[in-house]
Amino acid sequence: MSAPLLTTPLTEFHRAQGARMAGFAGYDMPIQYPAGVLKEHLATREGAGIFDVSHMGQIAIRPRSGGVETVLAALERVTPADALSLKPGRQRYGLFTNRDAGIEDDFMFANMGDHVLLVANAARKANDEAILKAGLADLCLVEAIPDRALIALQGPRAAGILAGFSPEAADMKFMDYRVLPLMGAEVWVSRSGYTGEDGYEISLPAALAEPFAEALLDKGAHLAGLGARDSLRLEAGLCLYGADLDATTTPVEAALEWALGKARRPGGAREGGYPGAGRVAEQMAKGPSRRRVGLKPEGRAPIRAGVKIFTEEGEAGIVTSGGFGPSLGGPMAMAYLRPEALERPLFADLRGQRQPVALAELPFVRQGYAR
Amino acid sequence: MLKFTADHEWIRIEGDVATVGITVHARDQLGDVVYVGLPEVGATVAQGDAISVVESVKAASDVYAPLSGEIVEVNEALNGAPEQVSADPQGEGWFFRIRLSEPAQLEALLDEAAYLASVG
Repeated sequence: MSAPLLTTPLTEFHRAQGARMAGFAGYDMPIQYPAGVLKEHLATREGAGIFDVSHMGQIAIRPRSGGVETVLAALERVTPADALSLKPGRQRYGLFTNRDAGIEDDFMFANMGDHVLLVANAARKANDEAILKAGLADLCLVEAIPDRALIALQGPRAAGILAGFSPEAADMKFMDYRVLPLMGAEVWVSRSGYTGEDGYEISLPAALAEPFAEALLDKGAHLAGLGARDSLRLEAGLCLYGADLDATTTPVEAALEWALGKARRPGGAREGGYPGAGRVAEQMAKGPSRRRVGLKPEGRAPIRAGVKIFTEEGEAGIVTSGGFGPSLGGPMAMAYLRPEALERPLFADLRGQRQPVALAELPFVRQGYAR
Repeated sequence: MLKFTADHEWIRIEGDVATVGITVHARDQLGDVVYVGLPEVGATVAQGDAISVVESVKAASDVYAPLSGEIVEVNEALNGAPEQVSADPQGEGWFFRIRLSEPAQLEALLDEAAYLASVG
């Protein structure tokens, strides 16, 4: 319980910037800066936000022999993603599943030309490394990269700002991945993020993290903490592992069928072959017993994780993420509901009172990706 | 007379009516207020009851009845403009007014110096 919190290359920088710090996934992380969650959120949607995501796991997977195809093919043993078709310089979203099809983690993986780079949730990175080593060790070397920082630069001004450091960044499309020179170092850049905005995630040597963050501030980007990251990703309809996804949630229940490669689905060229594939196929055919949906509560009161949702007939499910959307201008939530409840009037039990809620399309706000 | 509770409420006493809100310190801890749930006018409340809720982008916090009595007025303006709490927590951002039924409870409330000392 009382193990000291881990730090990132930016921990002291956050403190110097006046951040309110708290433990997250074992790391001492900035929840918010003096501007506050609301302003940090809006500054990201309207300009550019700087997020320290160095707590996330960066894992390199290299072939013991042969090329990157060896790694991509081996990855399909542990994920339902279509890994084999991932071209060099491209990144894709993936899931690790267990034998019950529960989601062990969600992650991004990039084809780096001669190896694969995987970015995983902080709280799950040790688990992910174990999955990779158990599943791929005969063909691949799995190596955590703990000594690089990871900074996300997100928002409509992100491209213009990053081009000032590394002009080639502007040519990248959504989910492109490139190794670029930046401030005299080699950085690994993906055009992606987790805010629903255009932007980049930049893996860089630890020693460069603070000078780079300072330089981004000088160019007009704003610091944004985990609080804003949470409200931004929820508005974008993106799942947070540990809240909306866990080892008991399947990809079909989580409405993440898009993360199952077409070739990996029933009837596809390389169908199945990952843990829990049978259960996924069954749920795709028969429908799952619960499904992740977006909800908009009536009125202004947010409904948050743990609030139960009802129909007149009884309990329909539970909220897994909820809060106030600063750009949406109102409350929003994601919940898992029984399929038969989706046709009926829904209400939340909020502090003993009934609050009507309506199903809402995800994302709650338009996404700004550079497709 | 201005009093405080350890739960970060301020109480302004005028006759037998107490106006209640959250302190500047509470506002600073909460962050931007996006919703205030107010009690019903006419409700009878007991000291310590969670009768109101204040929500920021990130979290919900209860607001307690600092004194027993009857709710005689609520700040309806907060329904449409909860940001008043962030802007002016100890003025325009007041929450509700209680007509006291047990004025003796006043004696246990903190004065401003004691409250400020408690929050450092």
